[in-house]
Amino acid sequence: MIGITSYGAYVPRLRLSRAAAAQANAWANPGLLAQARGERSMANWDEDSLTMAVEAARDALAGRSTDGIGAIYFGSSTHPFADRQNAGLVAAALDLPESIGSCDLSGAQKAGTAALIAALDRVAAGGAGEALVVVGEHRRARPGSAQELQYGDAAAAFTIGGSAVIAEFLGGHSVSVDFVDHYRGTGQEFDYIWEERWLRDEAFQKWVPAAVNAALEKLGIDPGAIDHFVLAEPVAKLSALVAKRCGIAETVIADSLLGVVGHAGAAHAPLMLASVLQKAQPGQTIVVVGFGQGCDVLAFRTTATLGELPTRSGVAGSLKRRKEERNYPKFLSFNETVSLEKGLRGEANPQTALSAMYRNRRMLFGLVGGSCTKCGTAQFPPADICVNPSCHHQGPMQPYRFADEAAQIKTWSADWLTYTPDPPAHYGMVEFQRGGRFVADITDWDLGKVEVGQPVRMVFRVRGRDAQRGMVRYFWKAAPLAGAGEN
Amino acid sequence: MSSGIRDKVAILGMGCSRFGERWDMGAEELMVESFTEALGDAGIDRKQIQAAWLGSCMDEVNVGKSALPASIALRLNNIPVTRVENYCATGTEAFRGAVYAVASGACDIALAIGVEKLKDTGYGGLPGLDGGSLPPLWWPNLSAPGVFAQVASAYMSRYKVPRDVLKRALAEISAKSHANGAKNPKAHLRNPVSCDTIMASPMIAEPLGLFDCCGVSDGSAAAIVTTPEIAKSLGKHPDQMVTVKALQLALSNGSEGGYNDWDGSYIHTTRVAAQRAYAEAGIKKPRDEISMFEVHDCFSITELVTMEDLALSSDGGAIKDVMDGFYSADGKIPCQIDGGLKCFGHPIGASGIRMVYEMYLQLLGRAGERQLKNPRYGLTHNLGGFPHQNVVGISIVGRYQ
Repeated sequence: MIGITSYGAYVPRLRLSRAAAAQANAWANPGLLAQARGERSMANWDEDSLTMAVEAARDALAGRSTDGIGAIYFGSSTHPFADRQNAGLVAAALDLPESIGSCDLSGAQKAGTAALIAALDRVAAGGAGEALVVVGEHRRARPGSAQELQYGDAAAAFTIGGSAVIAEFLGGHSVSVDFVDHYRGTGQEFDYIWEERWLRDEAFQKWVPAAVNAALEKLGIDPGAIDHFVLAEPVAKLSALVAKRCGIAETVIADSLLGVVGHAGAAHAPLMLASVLQKAQPGQTIVVVGFGQGCDVLAFRTTATLGELPTRSGVAGSLKRRKEERNYPKFLSFNETVSLEKGLRGEANPQTALSAMYRNRRMLFGLVGGSCTKCGTAQFPPADICVNPSCHHQGPMQPYRFADEAAQIKTWSADWLTYTPDPPAHYGMVEFQRGGRFVADITDWDLGKVEVGQPVRMVFRVRGRDAQRGMVRYFWKAAPLAGAGEN
Repeated sequence: MSSGIRDKVAILGMGCSRFGERWDMGAEELMVESFTEALGDAGIDRKQIQAAWLGSCMDEVNVGKSALPASIALRLNNIPVTRVENYCATGTEAFRGAVYAVASGACDIALAIGVEKLKDTGYGGLPGLDGGSLPPLWWPNLSAPGVFAQVASAYMSRYKVPRDVLKRALAEISAKSHANGAKNPKAHLRNPVSCDTIMASPMIAEPLGLFDCCGVSDGSAAAIVTTPEIAKSLGKHPDQMVTVKALQLALSNGSEGGYNDWDGSYIHTTRVAAQRAYAEAGIKKPRDEISMFEVHDCFSITELVTMEDLALSSDGGAIKDVMDGFYSADGKIPCQIDGGLKCFGHPIGASGIRMVYEMYLQLLGRAGERQLKNPRYGLTHNLGGFPHQNVVGISIVGRYQ
């Protein structure tokens, strides 16, 4: 039996109020007010598809070994790099062994389901004992557009394997149709979009239901026996059209999450699947449809093992970790769709030393320091000579990963002088309970709520962007743990 | 066992440029300004200088790399000139080079000159710190107020000091330096400022406001040193001679920043350097024996904890001493009598030497309006870097006899 063995999800903490955004642009387009309901997820300035994918993967991998993972697939239409493997960087952030296969899937909104299929195929072919699938999307839209309200940022992750399966893969069916409801040319900032009526009438009333029907027939699944129908509809109510034409009950249509997350592009169908898995009972049938110039239809049946899976944050946990944002200009600035004054200090932009980055990749991306083989002191960064003043033992240290270690803020400040896209810059001495400390950026803070002794969780984030050279620099930051300032 | 530096080196002459936003001058002219005063004070010809040390910190502006700018601007006689840089403790480092050279007997007369031309950046505060290839890949974009503000958070936490109590003491510290600076014709900021104004100033890095931060200044300071014997032969009367009693440097080795021991509420290296300096100078009870001192008050919080790190105030006791006026101009041990970094200004490479300059003037009774009565020992404390990894230079100077 091959199928899903674990899942995780991540939705950024910030949620843009659609009303706030619509009201800001209603002077030019009053029609936006019709969509001024609910909220959409909003990546912090230091989040992108890759950092969100890392968080989702950490959720999926929490408390379990990563030893069997032989491949990683990263599906997204908004990978930060066009030519530098994004999946490999995710693997490095997870400190997976380097002896794994890795692949980015992109180019359409169905890149998410394509990543799932690639992983399922690889495991089925014996190419990996287990494969990790991550999907993430950071969707930018033109200011004042309807898409700005409709899109969302999110990520999901799954492990695919042959033992301890929680959802058995029953099979799939794919069609490829050059149906262009929207597109984004290479080098273009934003999507170019055709009217919704075209999408609704020509795709969701014709070839999408045909593909779903073909899949159900091929797999011998009775539409009435489906417990969860997952279709990442680009706009509301399209799933119902498909369900109706396929004989699937309206009651089994999975929560689209559009009202609280928005549409997370290639990550959206997997995100909905992760959400369904968090609620599903053993023995249920799930049909997932990924849409985008064709569609992928995948069917799963949950197993008894699903009930034994340790609890995780998942979509529900991510949605609970929420902070409303009503500052529309801040949303624009975080998405770099407006260029706010940075000040002269914001001009500093050193080149990234790729060789130094490579030498220190486990430190920088895996947050791996050292543990002294003599006194056991955990320390960061790793060094040849132990930092403990009463030890100073010289010799190779045991690699020691800090990413999941409990930590707290030892000292801090909120700095209005230094450059950051989100002033004031918060940083401070972060101390790990089991040893080790370093001065780290603090992210996802609430102004006036940061304090000495506050527990934090280390998160993989964008440290800085070098727009001149197209480099995104990543490192780990400390995020205050849920509680302070959250609704 | 080393015998230390005590009384082996005398200051033959000193000079200090006016500090401030010297839009009219570059680093070269600033060096000439302090050097000319020092040379005149020493009463020697430039050809008698046998070696020199240039302290300059910020490559990004200022003079650039190497010691050539000093050798060229001062038309030195093809002598060895060495550039030193050790963050904001650079000035003391240059002084140490010259003092050690004389003490070793390698040369008779040596020059230490520090200079910084900061106001060529186009913005307030120090230039950003982007050094090295690896640090920019993982360090936060630290600013100087942001890192020193960390000490405030730890101090409040350790001693359970409410924020408003700390803010008030910090304001007293800055107000005192403004009062002192107003009396110093060479100081950058010469305006008395009230505690209310200080506390209401715009926030720079929580909890430090604008008036908790020192001036960002252009300036230069110079010292010419020799042995007491040579000084005597050059006509300096032993009664009118200032000698170096102690000169110590302590650098972090990574433990504050990497080992879970230090609590962030003090500067570890200041404590180490201070104890070494007291031992070298033969000082047993600093609170009774030190007459005056200039500390590295880059920020008001730095000055506060330095009182404790120098063992002048007890741990957690600096706020009370500050509020009692213990360190004011008319207090028991006046601190920053020249205005300090806060108001004299902080041209990085010059600051360590500027501190010695004030102690020198005071010891010789040449401090004018701010002259203290019969000072015996003056201490300077120069701190570079960050609270969790830094360079501390301490000197103690006093009358030879």
